[in-house]
Amino acid sequence: MVNIKNYLRLNKLPHIWCPGCGNGTVVRALITAIDKLGFKKDEIVVFTGIGCSARTNAILDFNTIQTTHGRTLAFATGFKLMRPEMKVIVITGDGDGAAIGGNHLIHAARRNVDITTILINNSIYGMTGGQYSPLSPQGAYATTAPYGNIEPPFDICELVKAAGATFVGRGTVYHIHLTIDLITKALSHKGFSFVEVISQCPVGYGRRNNMRSPYEMLLWQKEHAIMVKQADKYSKEDLKDKFLIGELWVNHERTEFMDSYNALVKRLSEGMKGGEV
Amino acid sequence: MGDKNRIMFIQGNEAIAEAAIIAGARFFAGYPITPATEIAEVLAYRMPQVGGVFIQMEDEIASIAAVIGASMAGFKAMTATSGPGFTLMQENIGYAIMVEAPCVVVDVQRGGPSTGLPTLPAQGDVMQSRWGTHGDHPIVVLSPATVQEAFDLTIKAFNISELVRNPVILLTDAVVGHLREKMIITDEGEIEIINRRETKLPPEQYKPCKGGVDFVPDYARPGTGYRYHVTSNVHDEEGFPATYSHKAADELIKRLHKKIDYYRDKLTYYKSYYAEDADVLIITYGCTARSAKDAVKILRDKGVKAGLLQLQTIWPFPYDVVEGYAKKAKLVVVPEMNMGQLIGEIERAIKREALGVNRADGKMISPAEIVGAIKGVLKDG
Ligand code: SF4
Repeated sequence: MVNIKNYLRLNKLPHIWCPGCGNGTVVRALITAIDKLGFKKDEIVVFTGIGCSARTNAILDFNTIQTTHGRTLAFATGFKLMRPEMKVIVITGDGDGAAIGGNHLIHAARRNVDITTILINNSIYGMTGGQYSPLSPQGAYATTAPYGNIEPPFDICELVKAAGATFVGRGTVYHIHLTIDLITKALSHKGFSFVEVISQCPVGYGRRNNMRSPYEMLLWQKEHAIMVKQADKYSKEDLKDKFLIGELWVNHERTEFMDSYNALVKRLSEGMKGGEV
Repeated sequence: MGDKNRIMFIQGNEAIAEAAIIAGARFFAGYPITPATEIAEVLAYRMPQVGGVFIQMEDEIASIAAVIGASMAGFKAMTATSGPGFTLMQENIGYAIMVEAPCVVVDVQRGGPSTGLPTLPAQGDVMQSRWGTHGDHPIVVLSPATVQEAFDLTIKAFNISELVRNPVILLTDAVVGHLREKMIITDEGEIEIINRRETKLPPEQYKPCKGGVDFVPDYARPGTGYRYHVTSNVHDEEGFPATYSHKAADELIKRLHKKIDYYRDKLTYYKSYYAEDADVLIITYGCTARSAKDAVKILRDKGVKAGLLQLQTIWPFPYDVVEGYAKKAKLVVVPEMNMGQLIGEIERAIKREALGVNRADGKMISPAEIVGAIKGVLKDG
């Protein structure tokens, strides 16, 4: 068993999350994966943006940087390109990562920069009090969707895959062992890796959508998730309100951004005499 | 002039790119926009040659974010843009101020508002460069009038940003950006280069946001045993959010201002031309200073004791310098390629009215226009 306390800034506890929030479980999953892989604390930098998901990194005993809303991947890109030896992890939410940060997300995926992004999807803007996000289900209630959300959501995993990410997985807080496994694989993967974790926000989302307790929300995750490996056993009709979990996409063909850049630099240095410009 | 000096015939934007490399910049992220694009183009060519990284980001917001990321990683970094892009960068410029990430942002001004006059010069971003991002914050803004100044001030911009750990804006314009002129690069070994002061304390004692005697905190490279948190929320000396502490907010915001005040002398640059005994003092900056210089010559030939004070540092505004030079002048004239932006600050400094000569139609203000405005007033008086 991993000693979670080894990875936390204990003097920064307690955290600010509501009882029953899924964020803490995701943090635990991340720590477990890091512990498994044996990374040194010092070689890890965790970036976040704004929102409840962003509060994950102040309590983590790594190099931690909280940035502006949605821009996290752009900050992380600049950092990673200059410090490729460090492990760069981005934790974001559905509002932070898929709405305001959507453009940066697809471009980070397209470039295939060696960054691991964990998107905690709780279907809502939690910190600002429960507004709908681009990942809120159609029909869901939110403070800004008092009559039910009329917008269809993204399948964020499909989007990131289409944009060029080379590892894509989806887990849930309920399927925590799978989630740990996906984060472990994502962190070991070279290139842009992306893990969506379906999580629960009992306060901002559950209470408006007939799931008053965290227990009901976890049950919802259990009942609506289908392992990707078993997907072909289900009819299209069965899959309608379900989502796939597991390793959704791996591609080892595409070159990682810094590898391409270093190849360019090498090409240049071979073509030129030492130091000549 | 030593043998190692290089004489070049070069464009303003190219000079900025070249200076950035000499200053030690090893990261550039940008998004194409006229009339700033040549800076990115030159650096796309140069960065891989010097072991640096060039990246074209998806937009201006991402560009400045990546620049700040590179800066936090311990490297000198720059981006370049023009009005509309500069507007998009403002939020993250505020972030860089708050987390004390040094970087250089070049704004090659064009006509505005909005997309305005994409290829024509203006000086309409003076106030945006000062107050574009929200909140009470300090900023340093330098403005060149010639290609040589573009080069020199770019190096100074990097030095200042590292010294005070704050973004520095190089506020230039389409005229200086696209102009080709003779420029001299002095022996590179003789150019003063300032790097960020790194901490000497062991990690247990290091406080990432505690100012030194100069109010500037020492830097520690992440990944070298120093593990700290960075946030743009109001934070304490340890760098952790202290959102509900009025004391922490007060101390932080005041310290951010104090460090710029502390180094005021080291970051105030200006040039004067026949200004000491001037009855008519023209005060201006950027490309307009070129016309103003000619106007001074014309007026002197006609027997009017005119002079020029060219401000190279426009923020923090050098009130003392302006007040000092304007003391004896009967008339202070402020030509600007905008409807009157820096004139307000000049009038605050001299505590009386100044004569504005303004145009915002994408045309440079000519020497004759300045002379005409002055003669009109002198005749009246
Ligand atoms: S508002 Fe929702 S997401 Fe935020 S801490 Fe509370 S339960 Fe968690």
